[in-house]
Amino acid sequence: MNILTTITLNHYLVLSGILFTLGLIGVLVRKNLIIVYMCLELMLNAASLALVAFSHFNSNLDAQIMVFFIIAVAAAEVAVGLALVVALFRVKQTTHLDDLSILKL
Amino acid sequence: MEPLFFWIFAAASIAMASLVVFHRRPIACALALAATLFSIASLFVTLEAFFLAVVQIIVYVGAVVVLFSFIIMLLDSNEEQKRKISWIKIIGIGLITALFAIFFSGVMTGLANSDSSLVWKDQIMGENIRKVGKLLFVGYMLPFLITGVLLLLTTMGVVLLNRKDSSQ
Repeated sequence: MNILTTITLNHYLVLSGILFTLGLIGVLVRKNLIIVYMCLELMLNAASLALVAFSHFNSNLDAQIMVFFIIAVAAAEVAVGLALVVALFRVKQTTHLDDLSILKL
Repeated sequence: MEPLFFWIFAAASIAMASLVVFHRRPIACALALAATLFSIASLFVTLEAFFLAVVQIIVYVGAVVVLFSFIIMLLDSNEEQKRKISWIKIIGIGLITALFAIFFSGVMTGLANSDSSLVWKDQIMGENIRKVGKLLFVGYMLPFLITGVLLLLTTMGVVLLNRKDSSQ
């Protein structure tokens, strides 16, 4: 079995892991609030990719329904989160994470 | 032809995701996110999930990324300054990469034992949509309705969050 010519479930899982890791690095390293939020969406998509891969290799459609609901709920979460960001910007006039440190000890 | 599509879209998604994570201008990150989501939708097509690929493009690229772009252009997002690479950032990235390497090795040890490979199962697109529709509207009707109520509550919440104080 050649790794390059036979695509197995492991290929999709490793790809999903790479995307999730990149999103996690982005959430921890970036300083702009909106970019942090975009990397969070990237993590959600990596999980969706893993779910759809499992659904294909087990011939079970339930995981695709779950991804459908993940997409719907993620869209709702982005709407509410960005409304919060806009409300925060109205008060603090900044989106840089270093300036949003009221709750820091 | 099948493995070629996987490798092309996998490389594209990783490249665009790296752009999202490491680019300095927010609007370029939003466009790179759209490109990443397109690549993931193409990977959904290689996995024969046609309905989900189209739903992803319509909802994620067509609504979520557009919303992000509106907010970036609405708020005064400057470029980030030249990043100072501190030690703790390097340690953090190293830890995350080590965690991923553990995961990677765990997945790859199963490669020799796995006998499932990506074979085009000769499905027509309509069959996938029909099956997903049956499952969604018959089996999972309750979560579907609850998601509808959730979206309604989300809309109300967004309007409520941005209302000016009417107490004056």
